[in-house]
Amino acid sequence: MNWFDKIIPPKIQTKAGLGKRGVPQGLWSKCAACQAVLYSVALQHSLQVCPKCNHHMRLAAKPRLQAFLDAGEARWLAESVQPLDILKFRDRKRYRDRLSDAKKASSSSEALLVAHGALKGAPITAVAFEFDFMGGSMGSVVGERFVRAVQHSVTQRQPLVCFSASGGARMQEALFSLMQMSKTTAALTRMRQLAIPYVSVLTDPTMGGVSASLAMLGDIIIGEPDALVGFAGPRVIEQTVRETLPQGFQRSEFQLAHGAIDMIVDRRELRDTIGALLAKLGFNGVSPPPADRPDDTPPTAGSQPSPATASSAKRE
Amino acid sequence: MNYLEFEKPIAELEEKITELESVSSSRELDLDAEIDKLRNRSRALTREIFAKLDAWEITQIARHPLRPYTLDYIERMVVGFQELHGDRMYADDAAMVAGLGWLDGQRVALIGQQKGRDTRERTRRNFGMSRPEGYRKAQRVMKLAERFQLPVVTLIDTPGAYPGVGAEERGQSEAIARSLQVMSTLKTPIVAVVIGEGGSGGALAIGVCDKLLMLQYSIYSVISPEGCASILWKSADKAAEAAAALGVTVTELSRNGLIDEVIAEPLGGAHRDYDAIAGRVKAAVSAALKPLTALDTSTLLARRYAKLTGFGRFHIHK
Repeated sequence: MNWFDKIIPPKIQTKAGLGKRGVPQGLWSKCAACQAVLYSVALQHSLQVCPKCNHHMRLAAKPRLQAFLDAGEARWLAESVQPLDILKFRDRKRYRDRLSDAKKASSSSEALLVAHGALKGAPITAVAFEFDFMGGSMGSVVGERFVRAVQHSVTQRQPLVCFSASGGARMQEALFSLMQMSKTTAALTRMRQLAIPYVSVLTDPTMGGVSASLAMLGDIIIGEPDALVGFAGPRVIEQTVRETLPQGFQRSEFQLAHGAIDMIVDRRELRDTIGALLAKLGFNGVSPPPADRPDDTPPTAGSQPSPATASSAKRE
Repeated sequence: MNYLEFEKPIAELEEKITELESVSSSRELDLDAEIDKLRNRSRALTREIFAKLDAWEITQIARHPLRPYTLDYIERMVVGFQELHGDRMYADDAAMVAGLGWLDGQRVALIGQQKGRDTRERTRRNFGMSRPEGYRKAQRVMKLAERFQLPVVTLIDTPGAYPGVGAEERGQSEAIARSLQVMSTLKTPIVAVVIGEGGSGGALAIGVCDKLLMLQYSIYSVISPEGCASILWKSADKAAEAAAALGVTVTELSRNGLIDEVIAEPLGGAHRDYDAIAGRVKAAVSAALKPLTALDTSTLLARRYAKLTGFGRFHIHK
C-alpha cells in the first residue's frame, strides 16, 4: 500500500477482489506469446489456447479432463490416495507446508488427477498432470494414482489417455519418487501386453523422470504445439555443453523432426484426433468412416475387387 | 593413497608411518614396534572416523577417484568376460559396458556403467554418463540374455544420464523409458548392485531388478545432492544438507525398505582393497542369483511386478 492509499478513508478504498477500476480480477488475461488481451471466458472456451496466435497456455488438470471427456461424463478415480511426508523432508521450507500450499495454489488434491468416462461415446480412462501442484512432480501419490488408472483400463478393457505436464520426479520424496518411474512403467507394460491402447499427450512441459518413463511409452505419442519435451532441462544442458541452445530445442516440433513423437495436434482437436485413432485401433465410439475404396466404386455384396482396385491396393 | 578432507588425521598418521619405515630401512634402526603402534592407531582412527560418516562424506567416498569401477569388478568376479559393443542403431557408448561371462560357475550377462580413471579415459567414458545408445546397447544385451536364459547382473555407477544436445536429439527419455519397460518384464532374473553413484534415471535405467544390492559407502538418489541444493536451497553450497535430506545412504534406504541388501566394504572404503570388495560382491551376487534362477518365469515376473508396483508411501483418505 502506498502513502496515497493509506490516507484515503477506508470507505473509498476499493474492495478486495476488484482491480484498480472496479473490474473483477481475472476477467481479462494476456497471452504470453503475442501479448493480446483476451477475455477470460473466451479463453476458457478455447481451452486456454490464444485465439489470436494459437499459443497453448497451461490448462489445469480438472478442466482439461472435463473438456476431453464427453460432457458431464467425468467420474473421478483414486482421489483417496493422498500424500504422506514419510521422510520429514525439509529444505528452506517443510514438504508438509509445500503440500498444503500446493493444494491451495492449484485447487487439486495432488499432481495427477484420474477420471473415467467416455470419449465420443466409447469408454475411456484419462489422467492429467496438474503443473500448479509442485510443478506436476511425480511422487508416490502420482505413481499410485497412475497405476490405479492403468488397472481401471485393464479391468474395463478401455483405452488410457495421459496428459503430462511435469518437471519430473518430486525431490522431496527422494528415492521413493525415482521408483515411481519403474512402478508406472511396470503397470503400463502389463497393459501393453494385453493390447489395450495407451495414448500419451505431451503438454508443456514434460521433462525428467516423467518424460523418461510413462510419457514416452505411449503406443501413440502426441505433442501439443510448442510444448517443451525432454529429459534434461535446457539450463542444465547449457551449463554442461557451454553453448546456447538452438531456437526451438526440445519443443514438440523438434521432437517430431527427430522421430520421438507421432504428431502435433492443436488442443482443440485432441478429442477428434484421439477418438478417430482409437477407433482405428479397434476401440470404437465413433462410427467408422465410409468405405474408403481406391476407385470410389460403391461396394457390392459378394463382389470381388476389380483388377484395377487389387493392383492399386498392392502398390500401397 | 588419495585422502578425502575428513580423512586428514588418517593421512597424517600414514605419512608418519611411511617416514618411519624409510628411516628404519636406511639407517637400519629397529623401529618395528613403533611402526606397529602407529599402524594400530591408524586403524583405530579409521574405524572411529568411518563409524560416524555423514551422508555427504559417504557421497565423497562413493565418488572417490580410486573407487573400483565396473571393469575392476568384472576383472575380478567374472571368468572369460567377452565384451559386446554397440546398439546396432547409432554408436557404441563407452560409458556403458556390456558382455557375457561366467560368475561362480553360472553364465551371466553383465552390464555396468564405467567411469574413467585418468583424464583421457574419463573423457572417453564420458564420466560414466550414458547417452541413449548406452541404454539401447544394454537393452539389446538384456534381450539376448533373455533368449538364452542367462541371468542379468548390473553394476550401477553413474552421476546420471548425459545432459547433452545429441543425447536429447536421439531420444534420451525414450531410451531410459524403454529400458525400464524391457527390464520390468524381462524373462530372466536381474540382480542390480550399486557400486558407487546411483544417479537418478540414468541409474534406474539399469536398476530395475528382482534384487537390489548396495555397497556400504555407495549412494542412490533421485537427483545429485548438488542439483537438489541448487533447486531447493537455491545454492549448490548446501549439497551436504541436501544429501542428508535426500537420505542417499544405505542406512536411510534400508530403513525405508528401498534396497534389499548391503555389502560391507573393507575398512576405509572399497578403494583400500579391490580384491576383498570384489570377492564380497561376487559372493553376494551369486547368493542372490541362486534362489532367483530356481523360480519359474511366471513366479519370477509376478514377484517382480509386485515389487515394482509396491514402491511408494501414501495414505488412503476415507
